[in-house]
Amino acid sequence: MKTQWAPTKLEGWGRYPRHSAWVARPERMKDVENALSERDGHPVLAYGLGRSYGDAALIKDGRVVLTQRLNRMLDFDPETGWLRVESGVSLKEIIDTFLPRGFFPPVVPGTQFVTVGGALGCNIHGKNHHVDGCWGDHVRRVELLVASGDIVICDREREPELFWATVGGMGMTGVILSLEVKLERVESPGILMESVRVNNLDEFFEVSADSADFTHTVSWVDCVKQGASMGRGIFMRGRHAPADVQTGASPLDALASFAQRILNVRDLESNLWLNKATIKLFNEAYFRKTPAGTTSSSVHYVPFFFPLDAVDNWNYLYGSRGFLQYQMVVPEKDAVREILEVISNSGMASFLAVIKEFGDRDHGGLSFPSRGTTLALDFPNFGTPLLDMMERLDDIVIASGGRVYLGKDARLSKAKFRQMYPEWEKWKAVRDEWDPNYIFQSELGRRLGLVGGAK
Amino acid sequence: MSVLILGATSPIARAIAGVYAEEGHAVYLAARDVAEAERIAADLKVRFGVRTGFGAFDATNLDAHAALVEQVESELGAIEVALVAFGDMGEQEESETDPSAARRVIDINYTGSVSVSELVAQKMIERSSGTIIGLSSVAGDRGRQSNYIYGSAKGAFALYLQGLRNRCFRSGVHVLTVKLGFVDTRMTYGMETAIPVADPADAALAIKRAASRGENEMYYPRFWRGIMGVIKVMPEALFKRLNL
Repeated sequence: MKTQWAPTKLEGWGRYPRHSAWVARPERMKDVENALSERDGHPVLAYGLGRSYGDAALIKDGRVVLTQRLNRMLDFDPETGWLRVESGVSLKEIIDTFLPRGFFPPVVPGTQFVTVGGALGCNIHGKNHHVDGCWGDHVRRVELLVASGDIVICDREREPELFWATVGGMGMTGVILSLEVKLERVESPGILMESVRVNNLDEFFEVSADSADFTHTVSWVDCVKQGASMGRGIFMRGRHAPADVQTGASPLDALASFAQRILNVRDLESNLWLNKATIKLFNEAYFRKTPAGTTSSSVHYVPFFFPLDAVDNWNYLYGSRGFLQYQMVVPEKDAVREILEVISNSGMASFLAVIKEFGDRDHGGLSFPSRGTTLALDFPNFGTPLLDMMERLDDIVIASGGRVYLGKDARLSKAKFRQMYPEWEKWKAVRDEWDPNYIFQSELGRRLGLVGGAK
Repeated sequence: MSVLILGATSPIARAIAGVYAEEGHAVYLAARDVAEAERIAADLKVRFGVRTGFGAFDATNLDAHAALVEQVESELGAIEVALVAFGDMGEQEESETDPSAARRVIDINYTGSVSVSELVAQKMIERSSGTIIGLSSVAGDRGRQSNYIYGSAKGAFALYLQGLRNRCFRSGVHVLTVKLGFVDTRMTYGMETAIPVADPADAALAIKRAASRGENEMYYPRFWRGIMGVIKVMPEALFKRLNL
């Protein structure tokens, strides 16, 4: 069966930028090998559920392989929790299948709609980074289709360099076909959590320091506020609940799912919804909805881990211009303050911002998390002023010894990337050894000088 | 008691296998690509904890069909549901110029389907229990220049299923004919079409429900009954001039 390449316009979750490519959708493993050999001289890249924000999964005029149909679960050992799956299996499928049996993925991002292949390519982190590290820390036996057309099994014991480059390698070492991930035992679908209202950045750091015995921590932060209330927000901390805890579904979720049935958010695409005024209003309301002090509750895992999954295609609310996320980590608290100041002074508000202190582990290669504080901010695509501000933020981040997250990035320059990721050369050397002819490329990789063009 | 899926690697067949496995049935996955059948069997075992089997099935190798049916019954028990899901469109132009290509399309879609359906039906009639689901196509409702070799084979298969339904009725064995329109599979991927394409998972649920309710013939997506109704009533004097 010859590979069907369909011309398709692809975008990341931020819907900026957009690029056309020739796209195939293999139904089985054999089809992926065929697609690679029938690429007709063009570069190749895998595309999962399209939740990376920028251009990490895009390749202009290249050959893109969708992994969504490669979703077979191949083996599970209930004694150890090791699960072997094809790369297109989503975290939602894993949760739906294994939570009733008392297992949960070791690390989850802010959405269930990511594939395990994408999770490894971006080496995703979650609210438990300070305890459990990243996705790649719980993975072994990765089956990778490499440039030669061979399928190589790699992990910490087998081809460790290739494994190291693939974890967080943004899909540029080959197509991940399958992997094994170790699920963790949980007793219930509930989360015991506390919400703590913090009135400024200092309070955030105090509460964060006091929360070390919670496995999961994250805080929403209001980026509109200036002065004494700068950095105010809601700090959320929790852990998987024991077996006897009951969690009710929230009326908000019921409302959201009802709304989904009668309308398609894609039809609401407009550049008017999210502007400075509505963002300010939302941030004020969000802060007020949580009473002062500490509130304890037991909640279902979905609103705790995946609050935004309640609205399909919420990314369309930013309108056709799309939006950009800026996520960075900085080791110094003063840099966090400086960054928040630049943003609130710019008047370019972030609708939704989260802040979290990572654990001390650095994962190497192109992986993002490292010791310090991470901020993630969503900005409507205001164009040049926004891009200029992000350049300024890059400088603060570099001066502090931090970096931005490639899985969320659409605009970082090659020069600044190299300052943020000192291991880039070592990573590229391993990558180039396995793929000397740059068969695997992405727009992100080209922009950052990692693939294609001059060596 | 088992469910036999013939042509298990197609997205619709895999989805139907999943719907039965979710209800706890043992499922046997037969396909030309045995390695792939094994992966799908593993998937159903992991997801639903059911007993599974898998094996080679080549529609054109008629001599091996009886042994496969015996194998399934000895491994997983009496076949209660059989899904005849394999098919091959071939290439219309190739079929017009190369008789062996045309014959291959007919052998897979018609001869092979009849051969294996007869063997399964015989077992079910002896036990007075069972359901056969045959996947035909809207292409079999009226011959069109764009795919009449495939269409005629699928049409013949639908006619065969009609006769089989009539024969099986007295023994309480049920036959469901499914006439598929556009479903989101390899056949339709990348196709520019104004007609909406159905999701294989939705198709599987609808087909399983229709089989349980004892429907005789269904179109899926359902609106294809209307489309084909119009196409079937056109006078031949007009139809032969069209390019559909």
